[in-house]
Amino acid sequence: MCLAIPGKVEQITTSGDVRMGRVNFGGVVKNVCLDYVPEVVVGDYTIVHVGFALSKIDEQSALETLELFRKMGALDEELATEEEAFARAANAAQSACPDGSCEPTAKGLRTDATAKSGPGE
Amino acid sequence: MKYLTEFRNGDVAQRMAREIRQVATRPWKIMEICGGQTHSIIRNGIDQMLPPGIQMIHGPGCPVCVTPLALIDKALAIAAQPGVIFCSFGDMLRVPGTDADLFQIKGCGGDVRVVYSPLDAVELAVKNPQKQVVFFGVGFETTAPANAMSVHLAKRRGLKNFSLLVSHVLVPPAIEAIMSSPENKVQAFLAAGHVCSVMGYWEYPPLADKFEIPIVVTGFEPLDLLDGIRRAVIQLENCEHHVENAYERIVTYAGNLEAQRLLADVFEVTDRSWRGIGMIPKSGWRLNDKYRAFDAEERFQISGIHTEESPLCKAGDVLRGAIKPAECPAFGKECTPRRPLGATMVSSEGACAAYFNYGRFLSADELASAGAAHV
Amino acid sequence: MSDHSVPDFTSWSCPLPLRDYPTIVMGHGGGGKLGNELVEHLFLPAFRNPALESLGDAAVFDVASGRLAMSTDSFVVQPLFFPGGSIGELAVNGTVNDLAVSGAEPKFLSASFILEEGFPVAQLAAVVNAMAESAAKAGVRIVTGDTKVVERGHGDGCYVNTAGVGVLRQGISVGPNRAQVGDAVLVSGTIGDHGMAIMSVREGLEFDSQIRSDCAALNGMIADVLDAVGPSVHTMRDPTRGGLASTLNEIATASNVGIDIDEAKVPVRSEVQSACELLGLDPVYVANEGKAVFFIAPEDADRALDVLRKHSLGRDAARIGVVTARHPRMLVARTAMGANRVIATQIGEQLPRIC
Repeated sequence: MCLAIPGKVEQITTSGDVRMGRVNFGGVVKNVCLDYVPEVVVGDYTIVHVGFALSKIDEQSALETLELFRKMGALDEELATEEEAFARAANAAQSACPDGSCEPTAKGLRTDATAKSGPGE
Repeated sequence: MKYLTEFRNGDVAQRMAREIRQVATRPWKIMEICGGQTHSIIRNGIDQMLPPGIQMIHGPGCPVCVTPLALIDKALAIAAQPGVIFCSFGDMLRVPGTDADLFQIKGCGGDVRVVYSPLDAVELAVKNPQKQVVFFGVGFETTAPANAMSVHLAKRRGLKNFSLLVSHVLVPPAIEAIMSSPENKVQAFLAAGHVCSVMGYWEYPPLADKFEIPIVVTGFEPLDLLDGIRRAVIQLENCEHHVENAYERIVTYAGNLEAQRLLADVFEVTDRSWRGIGMIPKSGWRLNDKYRAFDAEERFQISGIHTEESPLCKAGDVLRGAIKPAECPAFGKECTPRRPLGATMVSSEGACAAYFNYGRFLSADELASAGAAHV
Repeated sequence: MSDHSVPDFTSWSCPLPLRDYPTIVMGHGGGGKLGNELVEHLFLPAFRNPALESLGDAAVFDVASGRLAMSTDSFVVQPLFFPGGSIGELAVNGTVNDLAVSGAEPKFLSASFILEEGFPVAQLAAVVNAMAESAAKAGVRIVTGDTKVVERGHGDGCYVNTAGVGVLRQGISVGPNRAQVGDAVLVSGTIGDHGMAIMSVREGLEFDSQIRSDCAALNGMIADVLDAVGPSVHTMRDPTRGGLASTLNEIATASNVGIDIDEAKVPVRSEVQSACELLGLDPVYVANEGKAVFFIAPEDADRALDVLRKHSLGRDAARIGVVTARHPRMLVARTAMGANRVIATQIGEQLPRIC
C-alpha cells in the first residue's frame, strides 16, 4: 500500500472549511488537502497519498541520507574478488556472534544454525 | 522528481548491495510488510541484487489482497444497484469476488468510477444529490486519514448521500499474528514507511522486544529498501533486535498527530478477517458511533451473500510468507493475471502478480543472463 | 486545433441553414434534407476535393499501379477534446499511421460518423475541421463518408470511423513477423504523452500540467527513413493503446524472437514520468498517438536514427534495444539498478493505483 510521492507546495488556500494547497510534483500540479500538515508553508516539500499531504519532507535529512548512501561501498570498489571480501568480513569485528551460535529463546524466532561458507555464496 | 529520482541511482544501489554482501555472513529471512515495497523490490530487481542467503519474504501489506471476500461481494452488490455511484481506487477494480469483479459490474451497467482521492467521491456526492455515492475505503493506516477526512467533511456538510464502505487493517496486529504462527520463518521486518509517517513507530518497540526481532522503518525507493535491508542484516548478524528508522526524512517517532487525532475521532478498533489469513483480533478500524450513519454496510444492509473462495487459491500462504508465488501449484496455470483465482494475482502489488508480471517464473539464471548489456 | 482541452465553440460561425438546428437531431442521419445540409455546409467545405464533391455512393479515384494497403479504425475517445488534440486528429492520423507503418503511402480516407442526438453541431464542426487540417498536413484526402444518428443516451456524443487506402512502396517488405535476431530497436520519440494527456482531463483523476497528446501523422517521417535505409527496415509499428510494451510484445510473439531493451534509454518526458508516478502507472503501458518503433538491421540503425532526429516528429528518437534469440516471445528490460525484469503484456487497461 501507500503510493505517496513528494511534491512542492506552491500555493495554499482555504477552500471553505479545508486547508488546500497546489502541490507541484515534477511539473504536474494537483490540489492537495493540507489539513494534516499545518506546519507546511509555501516552498516546503511534502509527501502526498491519495490527495492528502501526510508529512513534511525534512530536506536536511534527505540530503544527509543521500550523502551517506553515496559514501557506501565507495572505498570498496578496489576489492575485486569475493575472497577478499570474505576475508575482510571474517576479520572484521562486526558480528557480536561470530560463530553463529546465538540462539534467542523468544517464541517464534528461529535462526539458521548452518554456518555459511561466505557472503554471497 | 526531487526527493524521488535521487533515491533510484543505479550506481549507488550497486554499491549498497555490495555493502550488504559484505556484512552478511549467514542466511537471513526478512519480511517487507508493505505491498508497495514488494512491488518496488520485484520491479527494480532488488532481490536479484542481494546475496542468495538473504531472502525477502513478501508480507500481507496489500490491503487489496486482504480485504475479506464477503466485503468484496457486498461492494459488488452495492455497485450493481441503480441510483448508486460506486467510487473506488483503481486497485480494487479487478479483484475477484465470488462471481464477478467491479469491472464486470461496470460492464453490466453499474456506475463504477475510479478516483484518485476520497475527496473526489465527496465532490461527486455534492454534484449528484439524487444519487447515493459510496466510497470503497480500503487500506492500511496510510489511507485511513484520507478516508476519515472524507467522512468527517461529509458529516460537517450534512451530506445525506455519501457513505463509506470500510475495510481498514492495521500493521502491528499483523506482525503479531505472523510472529505467533508456528510456521513462521521471518527473522526481521521492514516496517512500512508511509504507514509510519501517519502512526509513527512507537508501536513497534514492544513487538521487537516480545519477539526479539529487528524492525526497520523503511521507504520505497530502491536505495531506501537496500538501506532497510542492510540495517536489518547488521542487526541480525549482531543478534540485536531493536527498532530503527531508515526513513527519517518522512517518519518521526510520534507520527502525524493531526491525523491520529481525526482517526481517533472517526474510527474505532475492531476485529477483522484478513482474506487468506483469517480473523486477527483488533486488527482493523471501523466507523464509530458518531459516524455510523455514514457506514455503507449499515446504509445498504446487503444480505444473502454466499462467499466461496477457489479451493486452488493459496493466497493465504503467500500472504503469510509461507510459500513463494511460484510454489503455488496453480501459479501460471489455473491462476494468471487474466484469470486470477485470488487477490494476490490481481493487485498490482500482490506478490503473485508481481512475480508473474516481472518474470520470476523465468529461472533465475535465465533472467540474470537476459539483458541489454549490448544495446 | 486549439491547444486547450475544450475549444472555444462560440467563435465558430454556424452557416445557414445549419443554424436552424444547433444540435444534432435524428433527421441528420436520415439521408434526407437535414443530412444533405450537413454534407453541403459542413463536410464538403471542410474536406473539399473532387472525388468527394461528386457525391456518388462511392468515391472514384486513380492510384499509381502497384499493391494497395488498406486499414480501418474506429475512434471512441473520451473526452472528445483533450490537451493537444481531439477525436478529429486521432481519426485521421490513426489510419494514416497504420498505413504508413505497413510501408504504404497513405492516399485516401473515408470518414463515418455516429452522432448522438443532442450533440452540438459546433462541436461536430470543430471535429470536422480538425480532420480537415490533419488530412491536409498528412497529404491525404477524405473522399467519402457517412453519417448516422443514434438516440440520446445511446452514444458518447460522437464516434468516428476512418478507413484508408495507400500504395505500397516498391522494394519494401515490412511486417510484425519479420523482426530478426540482431535487429536494432528504435523508437521515434518520447512515450506516454497521449495517454497521460487524456488522463489529465479524466474526471476523478485530473491534474494540471503541460502534457499534450503527441497525436501526429507519421507518414512523412517514415518516408524519410524508408528513403534512407528502406530494405533494412524489417518491422514498423505505431504503439497506440497498450503502449510501447504491448507493441514490442506483439512483435516478439509474431516474429518468435526475444527483445532486450534498456529502460534508461527509453525516452520519457519528465512531466509524463511525474504524472505516471502520481497515479502509479508505468509509462511503457501508456498510449501514444504519434510515435513509431522500428526494427532495423544493425548496420543501418545509426543512419536511421540520424534521419529520424532530423525530422520534427523524431527529435527525441532513440535506440532502445536489440532483438535476441534468447527468451523468445518475451520482452526483457534492464532496469536502472542493472537488474532485469520481464515486461509482460497488461491485461486490459492499466488502472491507477494507490498501493
